[in-house]
Amino acid sequence: MARIESEIGVPKGGFMKWVDDRFPWTETMKYHITEYYASKNFNWWYIFGVLAMVVLVIQLLTGIFLTMNYKPSAEEAFASVEYIMRDVEWGWLIRYMHSTGASFFFIVVYLHMFRAMLYGSYKKPRELIWVIGMLIFFALFAEAFAGYLLPWGQMSYWGAQVIISLFGAIPAVGETLVEYIRGDYSISDITLNRFFALHVILIPIALIALVFVHIVALHHVGSNNPDGVEIKDHKGPDGVPLDGVAFHPYHTTKDLVGIVVFLMLFCAVVFFAPDMGGYFLEHANFEAANMMATPEHIAPVWYFTPFYAILRAVPDKLSGAFLMAMSVFLPVLLPWLDRSRVKSIRYRGWIYKFALSTFVVSFMTLGWLGLQPAEGLYVMLARIFSILYFAFFLLMPYYTAIDKTRPVPERVTYHG
Amino acid sequence: MTDDVDQKRRHFLTVATAVTGGVGIAFAVVPFIASLKPSARAQALGAPVEVPVGTLEPGEMIRVMWRGRVVFVLRRNEEMLSRLPQLSDLLADPESAKEDQQPGFAVNEHRSIKPEFLVVEGACTHLGCAPIAQFEVGPADDWFGGFFCPCHGSRFDLAGRVYKGVPAPDNMRVPPYRFIREDVIMIGGESGAA
Repeated sequence: MARIESEIGVPKGGFMKWVDDRFPWTETMKYHITEYYASKNFNWWYIFGVLAMVVLVIQLLTGIFLTMNYKPSAEEAFASVEYIMRDVEWGWLIRYMHSTGASFFFIVVYLHMFRAMLYGSYKKPRELIWVIGMLIFFALFAEAFAGYLLPWGQMSYWGAQVIISLFGAIPAVGETLVEYIRGDYSISDITLNRFFALHVILIPIALIALVFVHIVALHHVGSNNPDGVEIKDHKGPDGVPLDGVAFHPYHTTKDLVGIVVFLMLFCAVVFFAPDMGGYFLEHANFEAANMMATPEHIAPVWYFTPFYAILRAVPDKLSGAFLMAMSVFLPVLLPWLDRSRVKSIRYRGWIYKFALSTFVVSFMTLGWLGLQPAEGLYVMLARIFSILYFAFFLLMPYYTAIDKTRPVPERVTYHG
Repeated sequence: MTDDVDQKRRHFLTVATAVTGGVGIAFAVVPFIASLKPSARAQALGAPVEVPVGTLEPGEMIRVMWRGRVVFVLRRNEEMLSRLPQLSDLLADPESAKEDQQPGFAVNEHRSIKPEFLVVEGACTHLGCAPIAQFEVGPADDWFGGFFCPCHGSRFDLAGRVYKGVPAPDNMRVPPYRFIREDVIMIGGESGAA
């Protein structure tokens, strides 16, 4: 039998051997999944990376189905969204999944980033993972911003007006740049059409590519853990880290529980509060864009508001735009601003704990202030919390260097 | 064969090829970037518009569209005009000294060709929101009538001049316009006091 098989060209080792000789399938699966070892002591903070992937898939799938009925023209856009909501079978569900997905994307990503700040996941040797992650974050901002124009509601139009005008603050080239972004003398059909192209082609491709690179870099150096110790420093005779377990089946099974809980929350919002009281879908956007009348009160969607509050805190256009850009960019430098000897907050001193708490409070307060009108006490508060926000980053080289740290254990620890 | 590679020559050829290729790519990028500019149709739609102003009552304002932007045309009454000179101390640029914000003919206290007719783009110079017209004085002591931007609280007087201490950096922009007849304004195109 065997002789005949080899004669008729069936290779030894079966189909997978045939594939593996031509494509590194088994090798890749082992490297990234079944023999990728991540720490045993992950806590629930470590669910958000996987959840971000889940939301990305939700957004891509629902997005594809939305494009099948959406019309990217100023004449038809608003009506085509209404059409999806009313006349397309299950169209309302697909759109609400997409709009809710946008907000959940940011919830998950903000928590994912906060996890990195808690446990020093951006520190050596994971600087590039962090930097790539920040690029993903920027791409996500661009994606959300371009997507928000597409329904062509009042807030779509005027929100885009405000943000695109920011580029006009750049000296010398600003006005020309704005014209190149809009493709017109005002936000028009032309702008909508090109934002559609960016939202459904360019930025998604960039996002997927960046996520791929993010994971390649992660799997190259290995995941951090709540203790901030390198599990690769202690390997068994088989070369497997003693404190690590394979991503599949161990972490995947646990992640599945997290995904189910997440989907329960997600569905609860999609079905019972898709506009989330005006936070996920702003009420002004249920009116078609009208270039003759600015809504009484312009606020971006919640995930932009911390940075928007910083913009408004400054009574000067150019410096306001500059500080807002800095507030988004500064986190990129975290790996080099943080001079602490230890990674995890578990072994840091009170100074960092205090600084991080202040940062969280500032970020959330700025987020709330960005939704309030820009007047009186609100502006004053925005200024105070903007200063605290920047102080967290700019003073970091000093306070992390003098902060008293506790000794880090050799191996990971378990709590409860 | 292996030892007599002329490394200098090879390096030069590598760099020369890369630079030539780079220049080629730079040229190839031009059409794509240029396609982002306002198209011929967008430019055509940006053509001048005629606005009859003879029927405007003193104190009345109309909004017209030009290049997809809102332009305010306000016929100021005597009282409104008399308020303009009193505000200089409160304004960031009372003399309209900043170029680019208005054609030369509007560098005067009323920022217009004819004192009674104000023609300004209805866009806040901060981030482009549409300011709200509030011509009555008050209710607050420091409001002398003008334009108020709801987005970030910028304030302008009845000549579109920006107040001090607000986010907007400049006076509201005066578009190029001219009177083609006694009572008809043409916005866009050639400007001048004709």
